[in-house]
This record gives sequence, structure tokens and C-alpha cells, in this order.
Amino acid sequence: MAIFNLKINKKEYRADVDPSTPVLWVLRDHLNLTGTKYGCGMAQCGACTIHLDGIATPSCMLSVSDVGVGEITTIEGLSEKGDHPVQKAWLEHDVSQCGYCQPGQIMSAVSLLKKNPNPTDKEIESAMSGNICRCGTYTRIKTAIKTVAKS
Amino acid sequence: MTTAKTTYGRRSFLKNTFLAGGGLILGVSRFSAFNMNAGQVLEMTDEWFKINAFLKIGGNGVVTIMSTNPEFGQGVRTSMPMVVAEELDVDWKHVIIEQAPFNTDLYTRQMSGGSQALRQGWKGLRMAGATARQMLREAAAQAWKLPMNEITTESGFLYHKSSGKKAGYGEMASSAAKLPVPKDVLLKEPKEFGIVGTSQKNVDGIKIVTGQPLFGLDVKHDGMLFATIAFPPAFGLKLKSFDPSEAKGMPGIRDIFSIKTYEDNYKRNAFDTDAFPEVVAVVGNSTWEVMNAKLALKAEWEPISESTIKVDSWGGERTEVIPAGLESTADHKARMKEMAAKPGIQVRKDGNPEEAFKNAAKIIERTYTAPFLSHFTMEPMNFFAHVTEDKAVVEGPLQAPEFIEKSLSARLGMPLEKIDIKMTRMGGGFGRRAYSHYVLEAALISQKVKAPVKLVYTREDTTNFGVFRPAYLATYRAALDAGNNLIAIHVKAGGIPEGALHADRFPAGAVDNYLAEEWVVNSNISIGAFRAPGSNFIGGAEQSFLDEVAEAAGKDPIEFRLELLKRAREKPVGEKNDYDAARYAGVLQLVREKSGWGKTLSNKNRGVAAYFCHDSYAAHVVDVTIEDDQPRVEKVYSAIDCGIVVNPDAAANMVEGAVVDGIGNALYGEMTFTKGEPDKNNFSLYRVIRHNEAPKSIEVNFVKNEIDPTGLGEPPFPPVFAALANALYKATGKRYYHQPFINNSFE
Repeated sequence: MAIFNLKINKKEYRADVDPSTPVLWVLRDHLNLTGTKYGCGMAQCGACTIHLDGIATPSCMLSVSDVGVGEITTIEGLSEKGDHPVQKAWLEHDVSQCGYCQPGQIMSAVSLLKKNPNPTDKEIESAMSGNICRCGTYTRIKTAIKTVAKS
Repeated sequence: MTTAKTTYGRRSFLKNTFLAGGGLILGVSRFSAFNMNAGQVLEMTDEWFKINAFLKIGGNGVVTIMSTNPEFGQGVRTSMPMVVAEELDVDWKHVIIEQAPFNTDLYTRQMSGGSQALRQGWKGLRMAGATARQMLREAAAQAWKLPMNEITTESGFLYHKSSGKKAGYGEMASSAAKLPVPKDVLLKEPKEFGIVGTSQKNVDGIKIVTGQPLFGLDVKHDGMLFATIAFPPAFGLKLKSFDPSEAKGMPGIRDIFSIKTYEDNYKRNAFDTDAFPEVVAVVGNSTWEVMNAKLALKAEWEPISESTIKVDSWGGERTEVIPAGLESTADHKARMKEMAAKPGIQVRKDGNPEEAFKNAAKIIERTYTAPFLSHFTMEPMNFFAHVTEDKAVVEGPLQAPEFIEKSLSARLGMPLEKIDIKMTRMGGGFGRRAYSHYVLEAALISQKVKAPVKLVYTREDTTNFGVFRPAYLATYRAALDAGNNLIAIHVKAGGIPEGALHADRFPAGAVDNYLAEEWVVNSNISIGAFRAPGSNFIGGAEQSFLDEVAEAAGKDPIEFRLELLKRAREKPVGEKNDYDAARYAGVLQLVREKSGWGKTLSNKNRGVAAYFCHDSYAAHVVDVTIEDDQPRVEKVYSAIDCGIVVNPDAAANMVEGAVVDGIGNALYGEMTFTKGEPDKNNFSLYRVIRHNEAPKSIEVNFVKNEIDPTGLGEPPFPPVFAALANALYKATGKRYYHQPFINNSFE
């Protein structure tokens, strides 16, 4: 066990955990930030996607000891009132069914649009291919991303 | 307006009470149908049926509508309250939704599965709203000393137009609560609907996109410990012994012990499926710590012996033989081939099929297969439990608390009244979460450690625990006469450990000579319901076969089906045909129109299929291309008849989801076994459809009618498999008989 100081959503957090603990579990079990989800534990499904220094990354295989001074953003920190343009597009197109994968989908979409504000369909599909949705909302996700890109 | 009676016999099925702090609670009892797979509504009896406390109107005018069924993405938290709000005549914007607790004294059919929520809730939900509205009008009439028939409502307000009187519902709610329930209530005509039939956004949308805690895995309570379980790595094994010493010494670990989820002589219920009833629990301070400790746990397993268990099956009792052995996919395939070559058990026979085949000008015979599938819900299995001496509170994602409560009560030795089951939102269900062994496990662990416990399964354990979709094989034969008319159909369908035959479905009823047989191969691999059970295989097999028969007969696939359906309508064969031929034809006609079938000039590779199951009709046209040697669906046109569509955009979302799910499972889905061990227990090995493989575009159309709503979770799923296979035939010149289609092999 060791103390880790983490900057998450522009706030300071402290966690007393084993250094090998993945950031996913530090967030969920120790810091009460349960928006980031567990889907596979091996960076295959995208449910645990966070931003590390603004770049989308899985958190289930990222040891807390590897974060260092990196700044973490989770779904809870994307906006004050759920009014990030990507969140608004998700609501406009009524994307979610069960909703479990959607925080991860949104984090990946935000990161994509930051890098590539006007992606083609193929670029969207490729960038988002790490995020699985078992409910099958892929076409709506794509529509929502394109809505943000257009605006 | 239609008048509906609020009484049946001498009993009113509406009750009203005061709301503490002023206001009205109105409950309506609903017909209860408890046959999840068949989805049939029981005949009304003179017995008392249960009350559902559906809505509260506060003194301040806030309308709270209770959402009774657990949500797993099918949208019932939005659609069911919409129906209440419609008849109540309130502004949807001013409605709050509350999740109703699981309470069999107050509510009925609090479950998700079978695509029945709107179908069975429709009348009761409408009556709840309409009755409250009427009582409010009566209250206003009394308060204003005016005739009730001059009181109107609009969006949460009561009016007496000629005198200009106006009051919000809140003002009249308390006095309405004192009134007797009216004997008749007026229900709107569908053309008067202002909420039902409009697209309303998911009431939980904002909570989902901001990551608020909604799911079982997010549940947190003070003093909560974490647990995970260790169970045999293969079906056909059981726990022999374990050595907790190393694991117990690991950081954060509190205790390690074995539990027996089901006792040996316990007569299980249909959804008590559990191949691993004795497991080892690892309890500690956090998820990561218990997952790690479990990896260090030393356990020994030994083969099971053949056993017999009794299962309580819809009031009757059946015996299940669980065979010993470590099963592999190669053996499964060999056994299915053996069974398929022998005569099966006859389920239905019309006319003289043997004679028809003897005299046929052309015979077509084809075999279709599909493997075991895993549900792979995005949220792994998990449940919270806090069991003390005098009560048990359990909370988490499950589809049917009613299926597990008896077993929970029996296993804990606690009466039902002392047990509180709370339903959270589920990160996917698809049938898997109807099998709630994990509720018993969590409760037993909590009982043992005398603390609140959150049980979490890893993804691997979620997959390995089983409850798979069965493996299937079906052989179809068709006989055509010299004029290319279909004169006989013979289907022989089986599976491991159960088959998918639905003998009374189309084309039964449309063919003079028809024979349906079935067979099974027993297995110790646990299976359960998977989105449209049975139908999810046989629908695709049948619709792929009819495509080939149409081709052999030289007919357009849609025309061919429509001719058969015309026959079924005008001169049906046999008496028990499980579909409405006119509605079935309706979705084919709609999809033909919307897809421009036969009219487009481009060289689209398209396939069509249609099916009826779980009370709704669905047809799809799939356009497929081959991109970099891989099949890619360009567009899907879907035509659905599910009666009145309560929330059109959400309904379209459901259909789109079923289309994506169907294509994914058809192309990629496959679970295999080596000596009882599932071979693919995470997404790295078990392939599911992703963004870059999904259809590029899906267009959903609904048949417009005023038939009472039927469900959508399952009906659109089965025909997708065949529409895709039929499209792939056009794209590649090859027929696709064996799922997953990327292999198309049964070797």
C-alpha cells in the first residue's frame, strides 16, 4: 500500500492503495467515481475509457503508480452540468439503451473530436472500434459524433 | 372515448389512498400472466389480482409515475409511464419517474424478459391514468358545485370553460383521494393520443451521459465488503478441496470459505440454473484485492457423477438428468449429426408428407447449425447483499426477482416478508440475468461474514459460469411438384441440450403436407434463455431455407412468401397456426415498399427475411457488400408490426439494436468447449460486433394500426440472421448454413 496523489477532474484526490491497482478500481472503489465502468479488465471493450492528459486511454490496465503527474478526466468531469457538446449530442439523438458502455463511448468520442474535429465515417468507425456496445447503438453514436463535428 | 369498467365481478381493481402530506395515490391491479416463454395472458378469473401503485399526485401538483419493471435498455422506464401520463392528461415534462420497489403485494409482473411489458401493462396503465383523471374531475365538480360532465382537463389542469374556473391537479388531489373509485372510466381513442405515439427521450439519458451511479456494479453502502467466487474451470467438475492459506494472507483479504448455493435435495425452479452450486468465496476490502487473492487460491476439482435433480416447472415437476463427463465441441457436433440422421420425435404432421416426397419432382434438403452463444452483457454478474438475523436486503441487476425470491427465502431460512429485493438498472440482460444464482451467493456470503457484501464476477467468470444459448442443428426438406409448387415441408430440429423447434409457426398452415420432428442431446453445460429463445436459431434457419426453396421454384423470395401467406389466410392447413398471416404479409409488403425491392437498378446484394415471435412481426431487407474480403452491411430496412408504438424513436432504437446484435452473432458469435472448459471467456477471444463492423445505416418502419401494443425486445432479432445469409448469397454466390458465418463450417 502507498499513498498516491491524483489530479482528477481538476481536483486533488488521495488514494492509499497497492501500487499495482488499476486506475479503474482506484476510481470506482476508493474515490467513489463509478462513472468509469468495468467490462473486461484487459483493455478490449472500452468501458473503462478515461482521459489521461486529454487522451483517451483504458484505465483497467493502467496502474495507479504509472499515472505520476498525469491529469485524469473521467465522465463525471467532462462538464459541470452534462452540457459538453458530445453529451448534448448523445441526448439529442437518444443514443443510450442500457447505457453501461456510454461513458466510455463518450470519452472516446471526445478524444477523437479533439484530435480530428471533422472525421469521416471510416475514421469514426476506426477510432471508436475499441468501444463495444452490446445493445447495438453504433449507428446512433456515429450520428451523434457527426452532429458535433458539424457544429 | 371508450368506456372501460373498473370492476370485475364484485371487485374493483382500482384502489385509492391518501398520500402522506396531501395528495392521491392510485393503484390499479393488472391481469397477471405468468408464463414468460409463451407470453400468453391468462383468462380473467374471479380471484383477486394484485394492486399496482402506479401514480402519486402531490399537493404541489408534481406527478410521480412509478416504473415497476427493471430496466435493461428496452426503455420501459420511459414508455410505461408515458401510457399512464397519456390517460391522466398531464404534461410529460412535469412527470417524475420513480423506480418501484419489488413488492408482490403491490405489483405484478415486475420482470423483464419475453417482450411482454407493454403488452401486459397496456390496459392497466391506461386505466390508472384514466381513473385518476376522472376522480380529479369529480373532485373539481364537487368543489365548484358544477356538473362533472362540464369539467375538462388539459395537461395537468382542470377547467370549467364557461365560467373560467381553473385548478391544477395538485389542488384537487387530496379531495380526489377521498372519493370512491368510479365504476366506469373513459379511455381515449388512439387518435386522441398526445403522448403515446410521440418520441420521448430516455428519462435517464442525462444520468447515463454524466456517469451517475445507476447499475448494480455502482451500488455502495457503508461498511460494504467485496467478494468474488472461485468455481470449477470446466463443466463436469465440482469442488474437491481448497487451501486458502496463501490467498488469505494477501492484502485486504478478510475471509475465504466455501458455500453451497443450492442444497442437494432442493427442488429448483425453472430459473435456478446453476452448474456450479458449490463455490469458494473470497471476501475482502476491494474488488481488485479479492480478484487477485482468488488467483492465488489453491483449489482441487473432481469429476461429477451423473445426477438427477427435480425442477418445479410451471406448477408441474420435471426431472433433469445431468450427465457426467467433460464435453468438447467436436463431440457435440458428432452427437448432433448422429441424432439428425435418425428419426426424431414427431411433434406435428399435416397431410401425407411421405407420399408427397415420394412423388416430388424436386426435393431440396439443407442443414443449418449454430453454436452455443454467450450473452456477454457489458456489465458482468454482480449483486449486493446485506443479511442480518432478522432481514435480508439484496440489491442489483436482475431481470426477474420473482424467479429467485422463493429460492432465496428457502436458502436463507427467512420468510419472504423479511426479504427486500431492490432492482437496479442492468448493463444488459438478454436473458442471462433471469438466472440469479448470484443473488443467493451474495446473500450467503453476507450471512456468513455478517456484513454487507458486494459480489463481483470477473469478465472471465461471468462467461465461464455458463447459462449459454444452446447449440442447434435443423434439417429442412422441401418437396416441389412439376409445376414448382411447394407441396411438402419436413423439419427435423434439435439441439444441446434442447432444440429450437416451433412446430406451429409458418410455414405450417401454408403447406398441405408438413412434418415437424425434434430431438435432444443431453449435456452438463448450463443453458438458458437468450434473446428470443429458440426463435433466435429456427427463425433464421427457416427463413434461409425458404429463400432456397423460392429460388428452386423460380420465384421472387418476397412473392413466394406472400403466396404462402395468402394460402394460410384463405385455406389454412391444420388448426393451430401460431401467427396472423395477414399481419405477417403486412411487414413483408412494407419492407418491400420501403427498400425498393426489385425496383432499384443498382447491383445491390440483398436478402430478405421475416418472422413472428413474442407477439410481434418483423421483416428485414439487408444490403451487404464485401470490403477487404469481409462482409459489411451497408443498409438494413426493417418493417415491424408491434401494434400501437408507444415511443417511436425508442422503439426504432430497439429494432436497430436487434439488427446489430443479430448481424454480430450471425457473423462472429461462437462459444466452443474443450473438455468442459469454455474456450473463449473474454472479448479478446470471443468476437462481438464493433463499430467498424456494424451496419452503416438502418431504417426502421412501423406498420400503423390500432392494435394493442406488443413487444420489441426480441421479435426483430431472429429474421436478421436469415436476411444477412440471404444477402451474403447474393454477394458471394455461396449459401451460409453454419454460424458463425465467418467460418460457415460444421467440421
